Amino acid sequence: MTPEGGGTATADQPLIDVRNLSVGFKTGGGVVQAVTDVSFTIERGGVLAVVGESGSGKSVTALALMRLHPKTAVITGEVWFDGYEVLGLPMDQMRHIRGNDIAMIFQDPMTAMNPVFTVGNQIEEGVRTHREVSKHDAQKRAVELLDLVGVPEPKRRAAQYPHEFSGGMRQRAMIAMAIANDPKLLIADEPTTALDVTVQAQVMEVLRDVRQETGAAMMLITHDLGLVAGSADRVNVMYASRLFETGSIDEIFYDSRNPYTRALLGSVPDLEGEHLERLVAIPGNPPSLLNPPAGCPFRPRCTERIPKCSEAVPELVEISDGHLSRCFRAHELTPLAEMF
Amino acid sequence: MTELDTDRTAEADPSDAAAPVTAADVREPLLRVRDLTKDFPIRAGIIRRQVGAVHAVDHVSFDLYQQETLGVVGESGCGKSTMGRSLLRLIEPTDGTVMFQDVDVTAADKSTLRELRRDLQMVFQDPYASLSPRMPVRDIVAEPMRIHGAGKKESRARVDDLLRRVGLLPEHGNRYPHEFSGGQRQRIGIARALALRPKIIVLDEPVSALDVSIQAQVLNLLEDLQEEFDLSLIFIAHDLAVVRHASDRVAVMYLGRIVELADRATLYKEPTHPYTRSLMSAVPLADPHRERARRRIILEGDVPSPANPPPGCHFHTRCPIAQERCRVERPELREIRPGQQTACHFPIMEGETLIGRAEAIGADVTVVGDTGT
Repeated sequence: MTPEGGGTATADQPLIDVRNLSVGFKTGGGVVQAVTDVSFTIERGGVLAVVGESGSGKSVTALALMRLHPKTAVITGEVWFDGYEVLGLPMDQMRHIRGNDIAMIFQDPMTAMNPVFTVGNQIEEGVRTHREVSKHDAQKRAVELLDLVGVPEPKRRAAQYPHEFSGGMRQRAMIAMAIANDPKLLIADEPTTALDVTVQAQVMEVLRDVRQETGAAMMLITHDLGLVAGSADRVNVMYASRLFETGSIDEIFYDSRNPYTRALLGSVPDLEGEHLERLVAIPGNPPSLLNPPAGCPFRPRCTERIPKCSEAVPELVEISDGHLSRCFRAHELTPLAEMF
Repeated sequence: MTELDTDRTAEADPSDAAAPVTAADVREPLLRVRDLTKDFPIRAGIIRRQVGAVHAVDHVSFDLYQQETLGVVGESGCGKSTMGRSLLRLIEPTDGTVMFQDVDVTAADKSTLRELRRDLQMVFQDPYASLSPRMPVRDIVAEPMRIHGAGKKESRARVDDLLRRVGLLPEHGNRYPHEFSGGQRQRIGIARALALRPKIIVLDEPVSALDVSIQAQVLNLLEDLQEEFDLSLIFIAHDLAVVRHASDRVAVMYLGRIVELADRATLYKEPTHPYTRSLMSAVPLADPHRERARRRIILEGDVPSPANPPPGCHFHTRCPIAQERCRVERPELREIRPGQQTACHFPIMEGETLIGRAEAIGADVTVVGDTGT
């Protein structure tokens, strides 16, 4: 179900087209720029991973797509979803899209669920908010959905409360809730960060299955480059509120043209492989977003910096079709393949 | 294409093999832990009668050698943190002994224990919660020295030195914890732990709350300090890759018990316990080509409650290759190869893989990956 009027989506257009999105927060000390001039697209059925460290703006970007940002936020730019400009939609139409066309999976399912309603109730509510179905049918659908995400004995479990679920089961229930109305886009914000690694593997598998089942696209927000490697086809790397590099998964992991992306990849401890020597730590800390230093925000920590970097923020430059890097030296950096 | 296990053998790393573990065998252990056990009572009813117990740590034994890092890894509820705290008697163990050199830590009286704390220190996971927000950093780092009788002047000079060694500046001493980032706070926690020149530091998830680039800074710092201060470390973490980087030997825990203990190279190359193998196969690799190519086993279910652990081998309810014997008989931790102990009746040996074994015995397992190419 999509809002009335407008809508000129065609199948070859990207599902989400974000253009020059900026999000700032007014605080006592001035405006904190959480997202600065970010543009990207997500194809239908595609998986875009957004990686970056805490405070890089990845979660705020996702909340802005859903228009779930706090009231103090100042937003500019455009977000086109399936032919609609989301940021300008009236709230009632936005509510149609939210939970119906775009659904969100949060990191902590305990705080995202209502503790006084049964899990079944909460899934039914999502179904009945967006569809004209009887209570009985909604109940049936809730059990089906729990079954689909691999909750054993779904009928019995639907009658239980969130606290009776383990962390992994709760996250499965969240996914069931998210896919209740066959959304076109799933936004998963650190969906497995609170889970143990064996349970994380189960939940990622469930996400893969439901995407296959529903054909939904996914925006996966994570700090875990391992999760990215296993599930994304495109990657956005964010640093200090800006998009620093975007490309296909192979371009980012094997042909990165950005010093920050490279440093990030180098600092990940590996379970296999030869790099048992010292990790490549990135010196220093990310800059303050309140009074960012002039020039490239990564400059103080960058090994490739040149005098020019302190003068202006570099623009995104095109490396190849769809592969962009924010670095003055993007074209000069030694290709990763030649470094080893 | 390849399976996780075989993949690893092919990538044998020469620096791996040179791990300083063989030397440890001839040395006397610095810390000897035998049958360390911690039960937490479960109480119910009006008179809070004890109706059961959570066996958080269940007869754990290991040695720690000088300048060695022992990694302890496991999922939540496996008892790794309780174990770490029981070692220092921050939690009173129910049973077992901890010998530090010739001193029995578990039997020490109050004053002996205070002396022992000079040598045995701890760094906690959450640098936000473990530093007093009302104290300037200088006082936080100096506090242990004051307690142990150092004068103001003496401790001041040492604090400046310690701050410098953990990568901060002496003038940072005047600031309060909230003025620092997570990584810097963890450095402060480490400086405080170093204040009394301890011989052993137990680190409980020291980098879990940090971003990956900062995590690498702290791991590298620990490596430097270990050499500089001749430290032995017990490094507790849930992240197998972090533990691999930090440790010389690694113990894997599941529901209160050590299920496998081996030197790093062996543990990561030839794990024999099905749980160790499953855990490794669950960790995603930050390398798309390898990640796509490997086959992995997905364990069913959650970790059972430690209040009511399954009989026999605790892991049998999730183990893809469990047999009847596993359901009734507890496997003891035993040496199956030099430098490798495992607690499994049917360990995976010599080129075998967990998936291979599971398929051979016709077990019903979820395997993902492997497109047959």
